[in-house]
Amino acid sequence: MQGRIRRRYVQERIFRGLGMAALALAAGFLVFLLATIIGSGWNSFRATEVRVTVTFDAARLGVAAAAAKADPQLLAKANFQGIMTDAADAQFGRTVRLVSDGAWLTLRDMAQADPSIIGTTQEVWLLTTSHIDQLAKGAFDLTLAEGDRPVTDADVALWKRLDAEGRLRTGLNMLFLTGADSVDPELAGIRGALVGSFLMLIITLAISFPLGVLSAIYLEEFAPKNRWTDIIEVSINNLAAVPSIIFGLLGLAVFLNTLNMPRSAPIVGGLTLALMTFPVIVIASRAAIKAVPPSIRDAALGIGASPVQVVLHHVIPLALPGMLTGTILGMARALGETAPLLMIGMRAFLTSVPEGFTQPATALPVQIFIWSDNVSRGFVEKTSGAIIVLLIFLLLINGLAIYLRNRFEVRW
Amino acid sequence: MSQMNMDVGSALGTSAAVANTLPKMTARDVSVFYGATQALRGVSIDVSTENVTAFIGPSGCGKSTFLRCLNRMNDTVASARVSGDIQLDGKDIYAPDMDVVQLRARVGMVFQKPNPFPKSIYENVAYGPRIHGLARTKADLDIVVEQSLRRAGLWDEVKDRLADSGTALSGGQQQRLCIARAIAVDPEVILMDEPASALDPIATAKIEELIDELRGNYAIVIVTHNMQQAARVSQKTAFFHLGSLVEYGDTREIFTNPREPRTKDYITGRYG
Repeated sequence: MQGRIRRRYVQERIFRGLGMAALALAAGFLVFLLATIIGSGWNSFRATEVRVTVTFDAARLGVAAAAAKADPQLLAKANFQGIMTDAADAQFGRTVRLVSDGAWLTLRDMAQADPSIIGTTQEVWLLTTSHIDQLAKGAFDLTLAEGDRPVTDADVALWKRLDAEGRLRTGLNMLFLTGADSVDPELAGIRGALVGSFLMLIITLAISFPLGVLSAIYLEEFAPKNRWTDIIEVSINNLAAVPSIIFGLLGLAVFLNTLNMPRSAPIVGGLTLALMTFPVIVIASRAAIKAVPPSIRDAALGIGASPVQVVLHHVIPLALPGMLTGTILGMARALGETAPLLMIGMRAFLTSVPEGFTQPATALPVQIFIWSDNVSRGFVEKTSGAIIVLLIFLLLINGLAIYLRNRFEVRW
Repeated sequence: MSQMNMDVGSALGTSAAVANTLPKMTARDVSVFYGATQALRGVSIDVSTENVTAFIGPSGCGKSTFLRCLNRMNDTVASARVSGDIQLDGKDIYAPDMDVVQLRARVGMVFQKPNPFPKSIYENVAYGPRIHGLARTKADLDIVVEQSLRRAGLWDEVKDRLADSGTALSGGQQQRLCIARAIAVDPEVILMDEPASALDPIATAKIEELIDELRGNYAIVIVTHNMQQAARVSQKTAFFHLGSLVEYGDTREIFTNPREPRTKDYITGRYG
């Protein structure tokens, strides 16, 4: 008897220990993942700039100060690349690429804000190329021989000299949040992908939520229980388990090849993701409707409410928090989905932010996928940075789901 | 055993005399099948407004099934099939032209477990009148709510907290709220399916008083497990066993001088 009690206690301790070990292991993986991503990704929110003395020479620009003041449109065509290259070559030599190809935009913005600087010489902070940026952030192991690292000794020497002269500074990288994709990592941003994802989710929500909720209500409250509804139920459950790339193939076959909708467009991506999210919403909504106690339906029927009144006045209000939670989690899954979007051509290289549902666009997880393919050191950090942004959005969405569930849950 | 008979007898002393007038509802040869199993076998009963009618019998005897035929709540059970003839004021309630929603407004129901809507006390009572368009203005609706709560004996307890949730009330109050909710649509018949079985004795006593007060205004049918309750609140009693109506008559007769030996065995506690 004593022995049995002791064995039972030992068993209980072992079981608890195993449970805690599993939890600790999972937490460890999570911490490792977050630490790695944040460690390599937070640098993408910072950019290195170099101080350059630039002469806004009216002749080289092709625009005089007075003319620019009268017609700011002229500045759009002015040769800012020219004065930038002149200044960089004069101060750092022709052999090294120090200033980013896109940095002339800073000069244009300055001139557009104040045309009177044309004809003057200014000290300007310009974005550096990715090499110098990565050197400044300490991304390279400089103890390696020159041939074993992606930067030359000349680059390193230039960086050391500039750093010693105090001509380098690291600041917030607004381009990462406001720009679209680029071949130059220092100019690449995620705004294009974010807007693409957002446009897609609007379509997904607008299609899958009403369809899913109506299907769930009909199946739970009105449909007769027979073989056909059983088949439909099993099919919907299976649909939720179908690999997402299959939905991509379906989207390709139906929306692009049959309906001839625009390739790479958020509307097609949204429709494809709606197909994928629909069964998730149906299942969550049915569970929420099932959780409404039958006594509530009886009560309403018993005082002469019609079946539709029972559903509209009692079942839906009580099931809505569960439906919304399921929908939001389905949306979160859609936001993180990559594979089906690859199938419908949303992995295009796009340097502009999409402005409508039918314009070519990419999505945040696809952007991560594209960047992760790129070997350049600058894109490694961009990949992690985009993952951070995606994780933040997923956290926000899941937080919203938890908030809604707690806020509107009815207990009885 | 003898103790129990005495209780039943003394309870009978307080119940009102049996009145006999035109029946409100008549059931003739009603049978119910759930799939292949027959739950009710050829039951015929008359229900009148002047009397409270009690259905008694052991668990699974079909008394609740029969009750749910009277307002067609069995329609919600997909496998249920009802045969026979049930009339309300001489009109067949299973006729194709009978609107089941309208029927349930005329034949209200109170359930075994109190089931207020998870809404305010006011909304619980106001819901029925609202969906049936019984009150034209907010003031009318206020009057209906107050009257219904007064009739259910709940007004004084809740008049200061009508906006509170109906689910926040005690079990007995919740059940009286459900009765108020049923009364609010001004039904002709009220069906009660073991309305006090989930309540404590004090709350039960209040419900029983309430049933007695409502008698005469509504035809009340109550299903109960508790024979003393049947004796206390009803004037007519029907004893069901194994899906059949064994005996139906004046409550006093059933409890003091049953004709059927099975009835006698049941009310003396030999089985059940």
